[in-house]
Amino acid sequence: MSTYLQNLQNGLFELFSNNSRVILLGEDVLDPYGGAFKVTAGLSTQFPNRVLTTPISEAGITGVAIGLALRGYIPIVEIMFGDFLTLCADQIINHATKFPNMYRDVTCPLIMRSPMGGGRGYGPTHSQSLEKMFLGIPELKLIAPSHYHQPGQTIQHIATQEINPVIFIEHKLLYRETLQLNSEALPLILKTDETGYQTAILRNYDVGIPDVCLIGYGGISRFLPELLKKLAAEEIRIIALLPESIDPVPIEMLAHFAAEAGRIVIAEESTEGFTWASGIASQLYENLWGKLHCPIKMVTSARCAIPTAIQQEADVLISSLNIENAILEVISWA
Amino acid sequence: MNADLEMLYEKMVLIRLFEETLLKLFSLGHLRGTVHTCIGQEACAVGIVSALDSKRDTLCSNHRGHGHFLAFTDNTDGLLKEILGLKSGICGGKGGSQHLHVNNFYSNGILGGMVPIATGIALSQKLAEENGISVVFVGDGAMSEGVIYESLNMAALWKLPLLLVIEHNQIAQSTPWNLEHGSAIEGRPVAFGIPTETIDGNDVQTIYAATKKTVDDMRKNAHSRCLLLKTYRLGPHSKGDDYRSTTEISSHQMNDPLKRAETVLPEKVVMGIKTLCQTRINQMLESFSLI
Repeated sequence: MSTYLQNLQNGLFELFSNNSRVILLGEDVLDPYGGAFKVTAGLSTQFPNRVLTTPISEAGITGVAIGLALRGYIPIVEIMFGDFLTLCADQIINHATKFPNMYRDVTCPLIMRSPMGGGRGYGPTHSQSLEKMFLGIPELKLIAPSHYHQPGQTIQHIATQEINPVIFIEHKLLYRETLQLNSEALPLILKTDETGYQTAILRNYDVGIPDVCLIGYGGISRFLPELLKKLAAEEIRIIALLPESIDPVPIEMLAHFAAEAGRIVIAEESTEGFTWASGIASQLYENLWGKLHCPIKMVTSARCAIPTAIQQEADVLISSLNIENAILEVISWA
Repeated sequence: MNADLEMLYEKMVLIRLFEETLLKLFSLGHLRGTVHTCIGQEACAVGIVSALDSKRDTLCSNHRGHGHFLAFTDNTDGLLKEILGLKSGICGGKGGSQHLHVNNFYSNGILGGMVPIATGIALSQKLAEENGISVVFVGDGAMSEGVIYESLNMAALWKLPLLLVIEHNQIAQSTPWNLEHGSAIEGRPVAFGIPTETIDGNDVQTIYAATKKTVDDMRKNAHSRCLLLKTYRLGPHSKGDDYRSTTEISSHQMNDPLKRAETVLPEKVVMGIKTLCQTRINQMLESFSLI
């Protein structure tokens, strides 16, 4: 079984082999270094003319990629740390997403790849989950595969199917995780949802209806193997839903399965306040009005800068225990 | 040489009349939002664009882009419809004055923001090996935007066929250039290794000749270049928002690029071209029942 990183590397190799219009740009992406997180390892050796190492100019390289996208190429930009996507925001929001909307007959198949998330001691400016800043932008999709998905397949799907900008989020702590595609302990169904992407559906029970529906995405998946096993031992039945398309979100599918439980926890790593979870919650309230047994519980990281020191970092980031406590809290409602 | 000048002058007159018409339509309440006219800078648009090959060269423009657009496409109807907000406008009325696209022409309303995109287009042209050139227009005001310098570095590093055209009209909205820049603008592309030529931006023939020479050279020998055109914005920033003294503006009237051409062309030719262009504008307005 391959890791998340290997799957992504292989997916990029296949994509480059199958489509000569794909070009990758980013900082430090050439071999032997192969990118800060090694996602492009080997790629520049195999495809030297289509992997461009760039100056440290995140806004500039995003614009260059947009120019390529307007002229028939499929550019993939690697932004070394997701925190640096703030530097690309003007090019993404005021340029890439506007062109297909305001011009006639224009597509802009830009793919921005970037690692997000904490837990590695990188400190306040290299550990954030800033995807919430890019939610709800017209003509922009956000895709964040978990380790129950196949990120290498997903990036190929994006490159071949999408005609407008996509931000592709890789949680740093997933790179080394083994993909969980055939775990006997935790039966998994990958279902293509209404967004055209897959939602991973996990159950920690064989029969009956779930007590709680847990919704999350991306790096949240790393908590699930242990957490769901532990809750199973306490006879708490959980259905976990991990959509890889986080905007647009497959709200019909989420509502369908969440309705079975009537108790919902939504977990994400970004800081508290105006979160992905709050957007989903408001849509679920509308969809499931009268069918919920208790208020939806949202779990996030604390609203503060992410410290470098190990214990301080652990104190502010979302943890398995935070999610477990939220699950126990929704169960405690009569 | 005069045949060239007649052709260039006609394009300038058409742009001038188009822009004056927009300001009139605005005051009559036919237009909404905003327009940024290029009155006084017609030679920049016409001199540069007339030297390009619209089939293989691309043009990225800015908020003050009607002149660039008309010089590139000659599509007065499509532009007016767009600015009027009609579905039949070139962008269906979504773009309005600042967000235009047909074929190889792209404009957007974020200052400096099109420079990296033009750099990416230049990269696509280099990869396509068709000797196309990517041209991008900016004003002196935009030259304080950081992303331009990121782009110039990449364009020079990768030897891309990017032609940066700076229309130095000496004012950024309401602020004179000397309150915005700590050093001469023309030195900056040079610092990136990009040869830069400073030209009289109100002399259409000189601009045209310099552009032809530059473009020919770029097709033979792919690398980035910059032309800095010293000009003056005779009109307001947008509609009526002008706080410059009339003394200052009128001191530049003699240097109006149209008047400069008129001193060289025979009076009969000038009158003929003016009548021709005015008739074209009137016919356009009649077709929209605007006069």
